Amino acid sequence: MTTLNSRVPKGDSLANKWSNYKEHINLVNPANKRNIDIIVVGTGLAGGSAAATLAELGYNVKAFCYQDSPRRAHSIAAQGGINAAKNYQGDGDSNYRLFYDTVKGGDYRSREANVYRLAEVSGNIIDQCVAQGVPFARDYGGLLDNRSFGGVLVSRTFYAKGQTGQQLLLGAYSAMNRQIARGKITMHNRHEMLDVVKIDGKARGIIARNLITGEIERHSAHAVVIASGGYGNVYFLSTNAMGSNATAAWKIHKKGAYFANPCYTQIHPTCIPRSGDYQSKLTLMSESLRNDGRIWVPKNMDDVMAIREGRKKPTDLSEEERDYYLERRYPAFGNLVPRDVASRAAKERCDAGYGVNATGEAVYLDFKSAIQRYGKEQAKLHHITNPSKEKVIELGTAIIEAKYGNLFQMYEKIVAENPYKTPMMIYPATHYTMGGVWVDYNLMTTVEGLYCIGEANFSDHGANRLGASALMQGLADGYFVLPYTIGDYLADDIRTGEISTKTTEFDAAEKSVKEQLDFFINNKGTHSVDYYHKKLGKIMWEKCGMARNKKGLEEAIQEIQEVREDFWKHVKVPGSLNEFNQELEKAGRVADFLELGELFAKDALNREESCGGHFREEHVTEDGEAKRDDVNFAYVSAWEYTGKPSEAVLHKEELEFKDIELKTRSYK
Amino acid sequence: MNLTLKIWRQKDANDKGKLVKYKVTDISEHMSFLEMMDVLNEQLVNSGDEPVAFDHDCREGICGMCSMYINGQAHGPDRGITTCQLHMRMFNDGDTIYIEPFRANAFPVIKDLVVDRTAFERIQQSGGFISVNTSGNTQDANAIPIAKSAADEAMDAATCIGCGACVATCKNSSAMLFVSAKVSQYALLPQGQVEATDRVMNMVAQMDAEGFGNCTNTGACEVECPKGISLTNIARMNREYLKATSKG
Repeated sequence: MTTLNSRVPKGDSLANKWSNYKEHINLVNPANKRNIDIIVVGTGLAGGSAAATLAELGYNVKAFCYQDSPRRAHSIAAQGGINAAKNYQGDGDSNYRLFYDTVKGGDYRSREANVYRLAEVSGNIIDQCVAQGVPFARDYGGLLDNRSFGGVLVSRTFYAKGQTGQQLLLGAYSAMNRQIARGKITMHNRHEMLDVVKIDGKARGIIARNLITGEIERHSAHAVVIASGGYGNVYFLSTNAMGSNATAAWKIHKKGAYFANPCYTQIHPTCIPRSGDYQSKLTLMSESLRNDGRIWVPKNMDDVMAIREGRKKPTDLSEEERDYYLERRYPAFGNLVPRDVASRAAKERCDAGYGVNATGEAVYLDFKSAIQRYGKEQAKLHHITNPSKEKVIELGTAIIEAKYGNLFQMYEKIVAENPYKTPMMIYPATHYTMGGVWVDYNLMTTVEGLYCIGEANFSDHGANRLGASALMQGLADGYFVLPYTIGDYLADDIRTGEISTKTTEFDAAEKSVKEQLDFFINNKGTHSVDYYHKKLGKIMWEKCGMARNKKGLEEAIQEIQEVREDFWKHVKVPGSLNEFNQELEKAGRVADFLELGELFAKDALNREESCGGHFREEHVTEDGEAKRDDVNFAYVSAWEYTGKPSEAVLHKEELEFKDIELKTRSYK
Repeated sequence: MNLTLKIWRQKDANDKGKLVKYKVTDISEHMSFLEMMDVLNEQLVNSGDEPVAFDHDCREGICGMCSMYINGQAHGPDRGITTCQLHMRMFNDGDTIYIEPFRANAFPVIKDLVVDRTAFERIQQSGGFISVNTSGNTQDANAIPIAKSAADEAMDAATCIGCGACVATCKNSSAMLFVSAKVSQYALLPQGQVEATDRVMNMVAQMDAEGFGNCTNTGACEVECPKGISLTNIARMNREYLKATSKG
């Protein structure tokens, strides 16, 4: 085991580190940038913004995505908003507060200097997006509007209805389109990266499969950037897109990039509960709903049973018969506690038997109070004295509709119930992965010239991500961090010239990719890829989900190994190599999840504490809250691949907190 | 419920293609349409047949990837949704469901129900952007107030997901709703004014070059659009186009 160097600049106060560092790193002159190629894999907020910015700077960018357009990357599905320390509301926000909230929200397991930098550039992101024509919500004076998200006491979240991710991604996509038109980005749609190519220890290219023709292609570059998102689909069921996968991240891990904190995953508290075994994915209901929605279950078990059996409706229960358990347990933050806390609280109530649907895994998210409140306010604004009950509801409903209309519509289409009239049912689901490829302050992995940005890396959210911070981090990395730090590395490459793809390293990488694909097509096994993916997902959810313990994790490791062995013996992939073959695409992705899942469990087993999204049942306080162990675990676990997940070697990056005092996180 | 499916199967772009009949049984009314397709594909894989290729990704109606033409309607028999949000409760036991790809000359079939929509990409590349570099020193986001009504209207146009249902639905295979949504978003905002003339001219030229038809004001696109993009946007684009051409 070695200690990792994070390359955080020494000296300087936290507030000055990034600006000083930027002023002193190497630059590449504009004429030389024309001779340098950069590969960007993934075109979500991180990859899209990086590709556009690098091309604007003058580099030749080769961008890849598995979808038919960069605009479809899963960042598009982010609903609620993006944080920025603009303090437009004058409620006392500042870079420091955003930094502080993020470190605290991450349960003191993120890298302090990275988080401060994130807060520092957050304001620029909003400026940039507005300049691109992103239609953020505005107030009647024409200025930008804000809302609140969990885990903070200010309003700093900018939003575009419930489609903030879509609008930000379309902004980055438009910036990419401008560069594609100029020929500075070569866009490879419907392509999947299947391996990275290293030459003399440096990342110099990738092997990609053209998903339409099946052709295996070689692409070279002076640096490679991985922006392929998170690994939430290791659970099979998640709020990720069906195609979201860890293959790019896992392949680079196998080629020398350390993988950090895989056990830090976010189970999002407000998702639509599952309804049956056929289910293919889960749908998120934005955290922004917790601004106005109140979460509850019945106080009395009789009412729970009556509701489950259809004898009572939730609207029949009086205020006294409801247990607003978040408001009860966490009076200071109430319904706006961070996601990990809200999820565990829902699990606690459901485990205790108070779940409100047939599966016993659902709680209510109720807008009745908000409709009343807004209705009365509107009546006053419209000079309606003594409004009728119906009028108040009508006016209040209109406000809720304006704020969350598309989310309510989405819910109604899936569940076939009207959430304006009856409370929504929600339950936690896998949503985001804080863990990922280890990167230093420059966002470079442990492989030279290989970078990792956005959700695919690990650094900014610690053990738990606050709402509206993923969009911020993706765009910060892509627009404002990587374009600077990558120049420092590429400054040494100005005389290298074009990288040839006719080398033994490319030969070897292509050969191993082809061998794996050949194996799948020729195996002619007995079970479909999904069969194995579902098996893995079940193990992950039951034993590496919202609560974990030693016994379960040990079992998980064993069971995943068994599933993986069976997969390689009996998986069945129809069709052929040189065609559009979706089963073949899935097979490669699931093969990687089957390895990642084991490392995940191993990491969770190693981390003998509870922090953020990682909750070990052995480590709790007397009142059932997570119990961190700063003496023994204030480090990043970065795993080195040595041939098998079970033999991965642990490296530690000790976390230093100079500007922040480590405290027990309390939202009470 | 038990259903008969008649699905368009086409090996690749050069194949002629045909409708093939399949049966699925015990389909729950709570399933989404694509989950029903998953059941069919699992069945096909297990029996040694090739599964049906179809585009899908987010499965929550926002990525714009899914693109089926179901019983003669883009995204099937419900309004304001994409195929992935369509639920089986919209169908009855014993129904026969026809499933085809989005059809238009500018959307060639890649395989089965998967079509090539890169024509949309080239239209966006021809002008669907505001030319502003990332610098970190653009003016403050609140420097120019924008009327809430304009911002909201721009947002309504900007919600287009680029799925292509408008093209598939239009008897002329016109892409006017898609193109006008982007033109409108920028036309409604002060940031978009500087390049307004070039934008509309270039995007319309590219749209024509891709072989999309023209608009004859039928309005079917608006009805089938999963995001409710309004026909008003087409009127606005025509106005922008007229303004641009009359400037000379």
